[in-house]
Formats: sequence, C-alpha cells, structure tokens
Amino acid sequence: MESLNCESLGTRAVNQRLRSLPDGGHALLVQPRGRHNLAVGLSSRISIEIAGNAGYFVGGLGGNRDGTGPDIVVDGFVGWAVGENLMGGSVRVRGSASQSAGSSARGGTIVIEGDASLRAGISLKGATLAVGGNAGAMSGFMAQSGVILIGGNAGHGLGDSLYEAIIYVAGSIDSLGSDAVITEMSDEDVLTVKEIVSETGLDHIDPTRLTKVTSARQLYHFSTHNHSAY
Amino acid sequence: MCGVIGLLIRDRALEPQLGSMLVTMIEALDERGPDSSGIAVYADDRTGDTPYTGRVKVSLGSDEPVDWGRLAASLEDRFGEAVRPVPFGGGLVLEVPPDGEGALNSFLAEASAPVRVLATGLNLRVLKDTGRPTDTCARYGVAGWEGYLAVAHTRMATESAVTVLHSHPFVPMRDLCVVHNGSFSNYATVRRFLLAAGVRFDSDNDSEVAARYLARRLQQGDDLEEATRWVMKEMDGFFTLVISTANELSVVRDAFACKPAVVAETDGYVAVASEFRALAELPGISTATVFEPRPEEVYTWSR
Repeated sequence: MESLNCESLGTRAVNQRLRSLPDGGHALLVQPRGRHNLAVGLSSRISIEIAGNAGYFVGGLGGNRDGTGPDIVVDGFVGWAVGENLMGGSVRVRGSASQSAGSSARGGTIVIEGDASLRAGISLKGATLAVGGNAGAMSGFMAQSGVILIGGNAGHGLGDSLYEAIIYVAGSIDSLGSDAVITEMSDEDVLTVKEIVSETGLDHIDPTRLTKVTSARQLYHFSTHNHSAY
Repeated sequence: MCGVIGLLIRDRALEPQLGSMLVTMIEALDERGPDSSGIAVYADDRTGDTPYTGRVKVSLGSDEPVDWGRLAASLEDRFGEAVRPVPFGGGLVLEVPPDGEGALNSFLAEASAPVRVLATGLNLRVLKDTGRPTDTCARYGVAGWEGYLAVAHTRMATESAVTVLHSHPFVPMRDLCVVHNGSFSNYATVRRFLLAAGVRFDSDNDSEVAARYLARRLQQGDDLEEATRWVMKEMDGFFTLVISTANELSVVRDAFACKPAVVAETDGYVAVASEFRALAELPGISTATVFEPRPEEVYTWSR
C-alpha cells in the first residue's frame, strides 16, 4: 500500500502517482484537508482510501467504458460534484456530500453514506447513485439514464425535466419537479434495488417500501403548448 | 469564486480563541479568493473592567501608503483625549464619543492623509488588505484576536477593481457587515435608485449595492430577516450572503443555491463557510450539526 501525503506532495503529484499504479494497486491518501480534484481521471482497477475530507470533483472522470475503474473510499465529507462524469468503478463517501453528487456520471457506482445536498444526480447518464440519507432540492434534474436511490427524504423539485433515469425514494418527497411522476413499483424494480442495496451495503433501505419517480415524458421535445410548464 | 465566512461564539470560554478559529477558516478559503480579503471582528465594548464605554470604533484603511503615526499625532492635536487612535491591522481604529463622528469625518475629509472609513460600530473593527488572505492574517496577527463574532471574505474579483476599498465586508451602517460570494446583474439599477435617495457609496462594487440596500431597509424599520428578504426580492443574481449585526449572524442563498455554503453548529459556536474544508479544523467539528442552507431561506442566529 502506497501512502501519499496530499499536503506535502500537492494535488498534481498525488494524481500522477495514482495514475502510475498498476491494476490491483492500493493507495492511502493522507492529509487531504478538503483539497479539490483528488483521484480524478484514473482508469486502472486500483483501490484508493482518502483519510479525511475531500473537496470538489473527487474521483471525477474515472473508469472505463466497460464499467471497470478505481474503487475510491473517502472517509469524510466531500465537496461539489463527487464522481462527476464517472465512467466506471466506484466512489464511496462515508460522510455527507455537497452539491451535484454524481453529476453526469455515465457508469460505475457512487455511494453517499450520509446526506447528499442539492442537485444530486443532476444529468445522470447511466451510473448508479445511492444516497443513504437525504438528498437536497432539485435532485435528479434532467437525469437521462441510470438509477438514483435515496434512503432518506428528497427535497423540492425532485426529478425536474427527467428523462429515462429512475429515482427511488425511501422517505418523503417535498415536491416533484416538472414532468416527474410517481409510478408504481414493479417486481423488477424491487430486484434492481435489492441488487443495489446488496452492492452498496445500504441495508437500512427496504426495497419493497419505496416511492418510484420517473418521467411523465411530456416535456421531451420543446413545444410552445408546454410553455407554461417550463 | 470568493470565500465567505461567519463565526458566532456561543460559549464565552471560546471567545479568546475566536481569532485562531477564524484563521483556520480563512486559510482554507485562501485559494477561493487570493486577490484580497477583509476581516471583521466584534468584541464587547469595554475598557479594562468598565463594561460599556459607548465609544464608536471607526476603522480606517487606505489604498495608498499612509503615515499612521503622523495621522494619530494630528488627531491628538485637533481632538485631544476625545479621539483615541488604537493601532489595528495595518492602520488605525479611532475610538470616538457617540456624537463625535461628524467632527471626525470632517477632519478626515480635509486631512492630507488619503484615508477612508472602512467601518463604524460600537463593537466592530474591520481590516481589509489586498494580497493573499493567509499572508494578511499572519501580517496582522489575526490568530490572537478575541471576540464573540467575526465575518471574513476572501475575494476573487470579477466585476470591479482589486483594492482595499473594493474589498468586503461592506459596512453600510454601524455594526452591520455584509460579505458576498456571487454576482448581481441588476446592481447598476438598484444603485441609481439608492443614489437618487441620497445613499452614498465607497466603491462601484456590486456587493456594496446589496449591503447599502439592506441597510436602507433596516433603517426604515425592517428586522434583519425582512430586510434580507427585500434584498432577495430586489437584487437579481447569484449569491451566498453572510450578514452580521452586533448580536446576530445570518446567511442566505439565492433560489438556485448557485454559490456554496456550509453551516456547522455546536453548543460552543455557529460557523458558516463556503466549503466544508473551512470548518474541518474547528474544535468539536466531528460532533457538530453540519448542513447546507436551503435556497432562499434566511438563517439567523443570535448571540
């Protein structure tokens, strides 16, 4: 296991060292102190533990089109856009996440054990975003594909202008956004969530007691008739 | 970017640590605002064992080199004991009787030294400087400051010049501070309205417009929350605003929460900052209640 001190090395050198690790490698990042852009753009199948709080974009742009990639664990809080544009692998946050968790992520899994703030899963493009606690307002905005699982409550405007991503919520929903509707859970949905719960360990979530939110598919294409709905 | 900071001490035993707590917060947000910074501290109005002096503290600053010793001497010539110059930051804080501000302002307007009033207040002192905020903290020994409330700003300028006078916090009336991360798009319109109403400005900064608008609402009788709601209603743009009075700390974000903010609350203090990393080194943070303020909700904590 390689131990890298973020404070003495600096972000760029830390990321270069991580990039040079071969598949199967491990690294421990110490003294992250909320630094931005840690462990970004990595494609190898390595495991990384960040011992403390990370800043913006941690784990972003990671992984490959086949869904493989680094497995990153942050033992603390993270800033905006954890796992932004993730392609594969996983990012797990043991604390809470700030805004835009998993934004535009195309593959892989992002797990927030605590709460996620506003706009979690914005523009999600195929990844799985699992939040153990609550998710803030405007979560799932324009999410195109993938799954957002929220173990707690969801804030206002959930799933606004949603495309084909599916949102499951265990707790309450303050309000739905434009063109988001509550649809009935099917047996297939229960299987999907069971799989995510088993993969992420968020086993306080009961897959049979969820609210499913999908697109009403009324705002896919701009129409002047819909003007008032935008 | 810009970084905003607010720190309200609830447990009096922590008041001697205000400065050191504040410096860890400012250092963490240094790279969000490397151009300049401003730091406001509120401490109880007392001299030795006398709990209330009633003297107004007038914080002075300048964008040009000033011979502060000479200014202090000329103040003494003119006002004698009535005006007490106390070194603070790179400049001076003048302690004047409650009714002495007018005469002082006339004197300063005619003085040869190019100084400006950065702030006035019974409990408030403010310093502003250009350059890295971390260096400013070290230069003026901010870690040693005591008090019960502080706000600070690290500035990455986008719409007006990098000078001392363009730096936050803006202090549009006694003991009221405003710091801002974001930008206002209709500030010129609101500024014209305020100018027509007789409000005077120290800079062409957009945030100063919000500060002076807020002060005008307060002077018209609004409480802090109402006045802040008026700022949200009339000012168009992106903002996280941290606002302080002599006994309150407040934070508010625009409707889309475009600019970051995180709050940590413990029995000992309430801390507000742009990013969690600015809170990470505070005492007791691991057991603090940490949350991000919701859009358009005014959060206010009293001393």
